[in-house]
Amino acid sequence: MDRAADTSVVTPAGGLDALIEVLRARGYQVWGAQETDGALTLGPIASASDLPRGRIEAAEAGTVRLIDGPRDAFFDHTLPMQGLKRAVYPAEERLYEVGMDMAAEEDPVEAPPLAVLGLRPCDLAALETLTAVFEDGPFVDTRFRRRREALLLIAVNCMRPAATCFCASMNTGPRAEGGFDLVLDEILEDDRHVFVVGAGSAKGREILDALSGEPAGEADLKTARAGSRACAEAQQRRMGEDVEALLKRNYEHPHWAAVAERCLSCANCTLVCPTCFCGTVEDRSSLDGAQAERWRRWDSCFSLDFSYLHGGAVRTETASRYRQWITHKLSHWHDQFGQSGCVGCGRCIAWCPVGIDITAEVAALAAAERTAGQAGKEA
Amino acid sequence: MTPRETKPGGSRPKLAVWKFSSCDGCQLTLLDCEDELLDIADAVEIAYFLEATRTTQPGPYDVSLVEGSISTAHEVERIQEIRRDSRILITIGACATAGGIQALRNSMDHESLKASVYPSPQFIDALDTSTPIADHVSVDYELRGCPIDKHQLVEAITALLKGRKPSIPDYSQCTECKLAGTACVMVTKGIPCLGPVTQGGCGNLCPRVGRGCYGCFGPKEGANTAALAADLAALGADRRTIRDLFGGFTAGAPAFAEERSRHDG
Ligand code: SF4
Ligand code: SF4
Ligand code: SF4
Repeated sequence: MDRAADTSVVTPAGGLDALIEVLRARGYQVWGAQETDGALTLGPIASASDLPRGRIEAAEAGTVRLIDGPRDAFFDHTLPMQGLKRAVYPAEERLYEVGMDMAAEEDPVEAPPLAVLGLRPCDLAALETLTAVFEDGPFVDTRFRRRREALLLIAVNCMRPAATCFCASMNTGPRAEGGFDLVLDEILEDDRHVFVVGAGSAKGREILDALSGEPAGEADLKTARAGSRACAEAQQRRMGEDVEALLKRNYEHPHWAAVAERCLSCANCTLVCPTCFCGTVEDRSSLDGAQAERWRRWDSCFSLDFSYLHGGAVRTETASRYRQWITHKLSHWHDQFGQSGCVGCGRCIAWCPVGIDITAEVAALAAAERTAGQAGKEA
Repeated sequence: MTPRETKPGGSRPKLAVWKFSSCDGCQLTLLDCEDELLDIADAVEIAYFLEATRTTQPGPYDVSLVEGSISTAHEVERIQEIRRDSRILITIGACATAGGIQALRNSMDHESLKASVYPSPQFIDALDTSTPIADHVSVDYELRGCPIDKHQLVEAITALLKGRKPSIPDYSQCTECKLAGTACVMVTKGIPCLGPVTQGGCGNLCPRVGRGCYGCFGPKEGANTAALAADLAALGADRRTIRDLFGGFTAGAPAFAEERSRHDG
């Protein structure tokens, strides 16, 4: 049973602008995907006409091209280059300033109400994953929390996967099961273009009530669910089974050196990943020494400095950095946070300049293990 | 020991700026520090800086900024003196840290090169190679770039005045793209880019305006140039394009020089 179904309404495609107006009237800034410099970015939109309507990504490992899609849908594209992470965890920010009196004053968090329109199920899952990292446990990142609490999440269920998507095998999509305030299904038939809008929270319900629309009929709900099923079936990539254990069995394996032959340790994969949370903290001081500042910025396990301990870096080889990344993401994340660190968004595949593919590397490692096992039996 | 600690009684540390084979652009970065220049002049005594003033003071100096590569026999000797006279020596720019664009001659026949450029090559008194300062004397810190980045320069001076290690990141240019939210030119347009193997620090100047990175900051640690070159070839770049890409301002840096020579001929 679709959680949102009993509360859904159907609104014509033009209703998107009505929705944006309703959000504005409630004090929200509205963000959505838009096309800038040949990529999709997430940022403020004035109306639905700012959305990349009719455009899709032709994405492959190491390649993203925006092209005209087969139809005039608003949401046939998938993911902006960087997801919601920037909105809740800025790439770089000053934490506080200290003067000669040693009184530290924390920089306030500017977090005005922000409605994000068109979030995909994998990105919703990524936000939950990040929330567990920053907010569960004894130390809560209050900066993250304030920004997250300012969000109104308007999800869109995917009808068309990019070639790099594999959410179906990570159970994070292509249909959102929760974690949103509102959820949309876009239905585009020969002579009919409508959105089925459902609510997933009290805040969402209130906004839904302000929209005009008919209650959703069973036929539309069926079409929406069928669209999601088709999207799952159309996915070309999948994550293999039992990755957590596979990686734990293979800390030492020649495959890591083989990946390192191709990997540039450039860090793109981690910096586009919507769940990678590592940052570094840096102190700066003024020339006269009267003032100091503490800054935080994203860091990556692919940089040498990242593993610097007293006396030197621990992970000097690219092989150990790639292994650190993939084992944390797919295996140790389970130990640390009780879930996978990967939501199957495929960004690391598309945005790796040399097209290294996390699903292919897992498959190659599994295949190498099988071959070695067979050779062992035969010997 | 910090420069300040060496100066009991409150006198300011002495700063010197030296030029070797170079274009002066990196020294100019110091003068470009408009907002910070007065603070710098307050914090240090600018004891030797011909680009700014003809008044000079004798050494020893607390901090020497050295621009340019070693390109003549005279420079080989002069850098030794400067090292002896300097407590902390910081090399600034692609020439001082990698030999500069003039290091392109390192892999060519210098005599015929001279003859092809100058009508009277017999008057050219230069070594066959252009080499970084660190090949000749020990260097305490290096600031990369062609030219250097003003923020890194101010950070280096500020940190050394306080006796802390300057924060000069060793990450890739790609990291700067992603911090800035710049769409990757390789991935979205297939434009060859040296960013993945280049140390960041310039402020994302080229990718930000849709150009590939020219590698001004030189190879990042562990630069996997062979893998990038193979990928560029797969994108359709021919041998010559790849060779020339690695033959820019930091052509003399070993990782780039090797990749370049692999695509020679
Ligand atoms: S896997 Fe790709 S994106 Fe990640 S560090 Fe290696 S080359 Fe860069
Ligand atoms: S590891 Fe790759 S596919 Fe998984 S969440 Fe991160 S970017 Fe997406
Ligand atoms: S544009 Fe160049 S530097 Fe930027 S991410 Fe792409 S390859 Fe890296």
